[in-house]
Amino acid sequence: MDSSALIDLLEGAVPGVFEAVASVDLQTTVYVPRERVVEIAQALRDRPELGFEFLAEVTAVDYWPREPRFELVYVLVSIEHRRRLRLKVRLPGADPHVATVSGIWPAANWLEREVWDMFGIAFDGHPDPRRLLMPEDWDGFPLRKDFPVQIRRPAYAAEPLQVTEQEFRQNVQRDRLSRQGHEG
Amino acid sequence: MPAVRTETMTVNMGPQHPSTHGVLRLVLELDGETVLSAAPTIGYLHTGIEKTAEQKKWQQVIPLVERMDYLSAQSNSMAFCMSVEKLLGVEIPERVKNIRVLLAELQRINSHLVWLGTHGMEVGAVSVMLYCFRERELLLNINEMIAGFRLFPSYMRVGGLREDLPRGFHEAVLAFLDRFAGKLDEYEDLLTKNEIYLKRTIGVGAISKENAIAYGLLGPIARAAGVAYDVRKAFPYMGYETYDFAVPTATAGDVYARYTVRVAEMRESMKLCRQALARISPTGQYAIDDPRITPPPKDRVYTEMEALIQHFLIYSQGFSVPAGEAYVPVEGPRGEQGFHVVSDGTNRPWRVKSRAPSLLACQALEQMIVGGLIADVIAVIGSIDVVMGDVDR
Repeated sequence: MDSSALIDLLEGAVPGVFEAVASVDLQTTVYVPRERVVEIAQALRDRPELGFEFLAEVTAVDYWPREPRFELVYVLVSIEHRRRLRLKVRLPGADPHVATVSGIWPAANWLEREVWDMFGIAFDGHPDPRRLLMPEDWDGFPLRKDFPVQIRRPAYAAEPLQVTEQEFRQNVQRDRLSRQGHEG
Repeated sequence: MPAVRTETMTVNMGPQHPSTHGVLRLVLELDGETVLSAAPTIGYLHTGIEKTAEQKKWQQVIPLVERMDYLSAQSNSMAFCMSVEKLLGVEIPERVKNIRVLLAELQRINSHLVWLGTHGMEVGAVSVMLYCFRERELLLNINEMIAGFRLFPSYMRVGGLREDLPRGFHEAVLAFLDRFAGKLDEYEDLLTKNEIYLKRTIGVGAISKENAIAYGLLGPIARAAGVAYDVRKAFPYMGYETYDFAVPTATAGDVYARYTVRVAEMRESMKLCRQALARISPTGQYAIDDPRITPPPKDRVYTEMEALIQHFLIYSQGFSVPAGEAYVPVEGPRGEQGFHVVSDGTNRPWRVKSRAPSLLACQALEQMIVGGLIADVIAVIGSIDVVMGDVDR
């Protein structure tokens, strides 16, 4: 894989934001500043010479206690050019948030929700910022390195939700309306 | 006379529904029989495998990743091993590569058989299920032969394989391949031109090429919609570039197209198996020759002091992997699959993340069922072949 040619192309598309690092696998690896993720993502997808139309993966790595603590990883694939790119963003532990790319690749929707669920990295402007895998009343972010493992915790259950029949109907109606608005 | 009024109905399908392939829950909003909106809810099978993997030594992660996507165990472990081997910077022997290709293709047939059986059963063709599980039994017997374990053999290890192929392996695989070609025709006789099956599947649950790309469906679902992308061709690994095989595609993107693509894939896998089998000698090197990673053979452990020490070190401390990160994609039965593996230079992984093709398929489910009929929801869920263990991990 000719990663230097790809890095030249990237520099041509959005100058001065890419910081290339060595990688051992197929993926050319670049760091980008977190303020410009959406702009860069748009260019990566829409410029014909780049053509990264597939978002294969969004994930994060927690390097606690190092700072900047989190690294967000996007794996992109261009079918036409048979290229792969690993886009990385450094995020500080105190305030981990980044703009969502789900408007550019719809596949990012659940992948970003999973990252929020597991690492507590917030995605600004995400259309559906809920937990994905853990229960909604879960406390903490399990894949963070300071989340304890192999501990005993007393079993607990959330208080059963007490709603009247009328409130229940209103909730269902509100949920429907919000989803219709989201689609439209 | 009271005024006639209509309202939509919200139906909760699952999490315990026989055709949700595990524990997928769908909240469907229905207008009569038409689906107006669908909200998949997942996470019922979340077992924190990625967190558990961080507590294990490298070699101990393999049984865990095999249990993620429980229908494609050997593909998972192959993807994981390849990522770790990339970090270690080792090149595995030619014979091991061929054996891995053979096992991965058998696993693909195995997984597609379960898919075909359950999908057929859900749309009313119950006998297909019995036929498919009959042939799958032979594949499970082969697994039992190589590892003593039928579903999760843990036979692939970082650096090669656990042990050499057993006696009679070639004969067993050949016997399966000889039998299976005719059986595949039999399944096709049952479904491909079956009027009822065609009516249940053609034009149902279609997804466009653009949507398949946007939702990241790298795999059979995208190929059925006309995206000719296969990791084995685009980014060859394990010597796939030296094999002769085709990548079946279709254009309709509906349930029937996904059926034809997967059935054609099974035929291609058979071709690959025969080619790989012809290259594999019955005995030979089964792992890299690296005393840090590969434990010595048992007969040496019992007779030589150094071999015993080496065995003890590998099983008590494991081995260290140089710091770095790697993601090596493979073409699993459900699409591009791989493990994003991060090492901090110790004997345990810092982070293991699985790319789950089922998760993305589940996300795109809404695109395929909204606007269709509720009875078709079952056919569509069956056709995208989600494994909830892979979705939730």
